[in-house]
Amino acid sequence: MNIHEYQAKQLFLHYSIPVPDGKQATTPESAEQVAKELGGDGWVVKAQVHAGGRGKVGGVKLAKTPAEVAEFSRGMLGKRLVTKQTGAEGLPINSLLIEKTYPIKRELYLSVLVDRGSERIIFIASSAGGMDIETVAHETPEQIISVPVHPAAGLQGYQCRKVAYALGLKGSQIKALGKIMQGLYDLFLAKDASQIEINPLIETDNGELIALDAKINFDDNAVEVHPDIRAMKDADQEDEKENKAQQFGLNYITLEGNIGCMVNGAGLAMATMDLVKLKGGQPANFLDVGGGTSVEKVCEAFKLILSDHSVKAVLVNIFGGIVQCDIIAAGILAAVEQVHVAVPVVVRLEGTNAEQGRALLSNTGLNLYAADDLAHAAEQVVALAEAA
Amino acid sequence: MSILIDKDTKVICQGFTGKQGTFHSQQALDYGTQLVGGVTPERGGETHLGLPVFNTVQDAVSGTGATASVIYVPPFYAADAILEAVDAGIKLIVCITEGIPILQMLRVKAAMEGTGVLLIGPNCPGVITPGECKIGIMPGHIHLPGSIGIVSRSGTLTYESVHQTTAQGLGQSTCVGIGGDPIHGMNFVDVLSRFQADEQTKGIVMVGEIGGGEEEEAAEYIKAHVTKPVVAYIAGQTAPPGKRMGHAGAIVTGGKGTAEGKVAALKAAGIEVVSSPTDIGVAMKGCL
Repeated sequence: MNIHEYQAKQLFLHYSIPVPDGKQATTPESAEQVAKELGGDGWVVKAQVHAGGRGKVGGVKLAKTPAEVAEFSRGMLGKRLVTKQTGAEGLPINSLLIEKTYPIKRELYLSVLVDRGSERIIFIASSAGGMDIETVAHETPEQIISVPVHPAAGLQGYQCRKVAYALGLKGSQIKALGKIMQGLYDLFLAKDASQIEINPLIETDNGELIALDAKINFDDNAVEVHPDIRAMKDADQEDEKENKAQQFGLNYITLEGNIGCMVNGAGLAMATMDLVKLKGGQPANFLDVGGGTSVEKVCEAFKLILSDHSVKAVLVNIFGGIVQCDIIAAGILAAVEQVHVAVPVVVRLEGTNAEQGRALLSNTGLNLYAADDLAHAAEQVVALAEAA
Repeated sequence: MSILIDKDTKVICQGFTGKQGTFHSQQALDYGTQLVGGVTPERGGETHLGLPVFNTVQDAVSGTGATASVIYVPPFYAADAILEAVDAGIKLIVCITEGIPILQMLRVKAAMEGTGVLLIGPNCPGVITPGECKIGIMPGHIHLPGSIGIVSRSGTLTYESVHQTTAQGLGQSTCVGIGGDPIHGMNFVDVLSRFQADEQTKGIVMVGEIGGGEEEEAAEYIKAHVTKPVVAYIAGQTAPPGKRMGHAGAIVTGGKGTAEGKVAALKAAGIEVVSSPTDIGVAMKGCL
């Protein structure tokens, strides 16, 4: 789960991680007011969307007067921001973060995440801040330092000093960085984060360290026990269909093709998408109906696929193990009763109760194609989508 | 021979009297698994599915001599269940549970270091030696005792591989679903090394997916140590970056863990990688 920068910075403050003076605003008037209250002689207006790369596309603007803050805010609010991370539709700008500006001496990078290879929480730091860290890792790996933390020992002082010296920090900055790292570690554990990134962490002209940006991702498996984090969810920043799928316990991801896919199991769902592509088609979605599925869940899944108007044909691919094929068939029939199905549906049912499932589906007025071979099913659905 | 489990493996079930535990325990018994009892706190002394229920794993081990345990408890209790099994001297733990917070698994793995206990999963279908012992949620009837070892991060793609190798008349020695979570127990290399050492296994099917670097490690290991033919398939070639594809571990981040990278690493190691999931069985037969 993702949250906005302004929310992440509120969490930072709770963990004694210094952030710029600033406040969220949702109207040009309140943005101007915030700037006046903050004081100073320069402000930054930052679009609050769940994506990086905002600066390059006009989502971060420097204002010299409160009136300019209002002007920039008016230009952003209500628009959609398209960055390299958002896809062509972009994300809605419904709120802004207005902050004071600080004289920047250097930009650093600091993040903490779970490294699946070493099975440890690791800190990653670099003196090349403000840049895309993957590019830095690729081009100048010597500029990156990483420190793994043993879960029993926790973060140690020497590890913070190691990072501080590698970043070229001195004097009181050593202790300041240690405090930031400890705050990040505590926040990470307390809220079940999966990644926290500060890019850039700035060193101001007078040597202060401030988190100029803040990005936090949380472990979806743990959000359930953190109502405060769950309350920060902004559904407007997420795909509508993906949100709806979540309510029904379905794994759904919108893609850009025209062949709807309904599959059981994440691996088989990915493989089905790959197969559609291999046969010359484009999948419209990833959809895993899961193991303990019900007629209702399958019905909702099918309706969800059909709610995407670019879908020209649907491929249902079920390998019934625990999932019973007749339940899948009944779910499809329930959906057909509720919504008009105008597109052809290719169904491959294999495994538990496959015969019963096929029998159920054969007695309908549905534009249905039964396939008992997956490769054949994929070819057929691609041909049908092309003909549509 | 097979790997990890056989007809003599004594198994207990943690979360025995719950809905999942009950359903799959009955299936395991029907398959012929030597399921000897189960654990549900505060239900010790009862009989469930004709088997004894114990309050603790320690009691179950003492009372039955079980060496393997299968876990069907909810996600927020699973870390506790795994460590209880480790503490009680269980040698093979199969954790089916999906949705365990990653920080809990991180602590579990750190606590298991040096114990020598094997963990399969979590978020996995389990392990089966066809005709002998089934520990997990896989449909038993599609399996056929035979010569192919199958290791996979995905449940349904394991079934797909089983189905195809059964259709080719090859059958399976043992099938291990290592699970779809980013931090988990046995990895590809742990299973591959056992298949290499197993006489019954004549060929190996390996099914990977996007995310992490275990397929790349497996490629290096196979090149150096595995002499048996290996057929590999990698799912997620069309998955968009930054999106979690159902499995918590199936995600491409920062250009790492892509299907292309994994396929290239496997091919560079001389492994046959099929581009269609429907070609696994035929390709395996062709390699033997």
